[in-house]
Amino acid sequence: MSDIAERVKKIVIEHLGVEAAQVKEEAKFIDDLGADSLDTVELVMAFEEEFGIEIPDDAAEKIQTVGDAIGFIKGTAKS
Amino acid sequence: MFDLTGKAALVTGASGGIGGAIARALHKQGATVTLSGTRAEALEELKASLGERAHVVAARMDDAADIDRLAKEAEAAMGGKLDILVNNAGITRDNISMRMKDEEWDKVLQVNLTGTFRLTRATMRGMMKRRFGRVINITSIVGVTGNPGQANYAAAKAGLIGMSKSLAQELASRGITVNCLAPGFIATPMTDVLTDDQKKTILGRVPAARLGSPDEIAAGVVYLASDEAAYVTGQTLHINGGMAMI
Repeated sequence: MSDIAERVKKIVIEHLGVEAAQVKEEAKFIDDLGADSLDTVELVMAFEEEFGIEIPDDAAEKIQTVGDAIGFIKGTAKS
Repeated sequence: MFDLTGKAALVTGASGGIGGAIARALHKQGATVTLSGTRAEALEELKASLGERAHVVAARMDDAADIDRLAKEAEAAMGGKLDILVNNAGITRDNISMRMKDEEWDKVLQVNLTGTFRLTRATMRGMMKRRFGRVINITSIVGVTGNPGQANYAAAKAGLIGMSKSLAQELASRGITVNCLAPGFIATPMTDVLTDDQKKTILGRVPAARLGSPDEIAAGVVYLASDEAAYVTGQTLHINGGMAMI
């Protein structure tokens, strides 16, 4: 399960062009990592692809931090 | 210039006069095309005349589920991608406003504006991923000038222009351009129904003193779809023989 966190962070680093050290679980995509609203949509698309899951729009809106993303994906993977 | 080899294009309303000409022009420039519309027979005929690199996916633009299906099937038919979307499908239900029924208003808005938004939204994801897209919305001169008897049609076509400008701003950083093309009076089945008197009145307002041809609209679409037009977005290209100069 821990590799979910690593895979999420890798996507965030690649997509937003940020340093690994910045990608903490509490880091907010928009406020802390410089993402715009379209970036957040693209991140969700990238997570969906990486993990073979579907993230509905209402859930996607709640994913605001790196930790939110990891938590959601872990929850989906379990169910 | 304007080579579209390797590009995948979806044209709605391809069974109509302008849509058919657009599909033929994109195909001639090398694009693979998916023809959509409601008249499957006319679409199949057009496909047969184009030969290779042509597909048909019939769909209704007033049906949300059908629009999603169209986006998926068009992408699948063209090897999993869609680079150029030409939203050309449109209907008219003309009536003076005092007599216009809610159904006439709703239907025109639903097909011409809502349907276009839905299809564009459904195809955006792939374009964003590939960092390339050309969305070309066929609006109309009456969306800018208005026209008596066409409050519904003019509202829908004006709506397309505002929608396109918003989408253009949202998507420009992803290599996707969104533009409108506004034909004036073009010789098609839609304008064939006008009486001679009406045509005479209209031509009196056209400096070029003739109706335009569908091919003259298609040429504008080819330009907006091309790599060369990468820096053109949020614009409306008017092709109207000088009828309105905006």
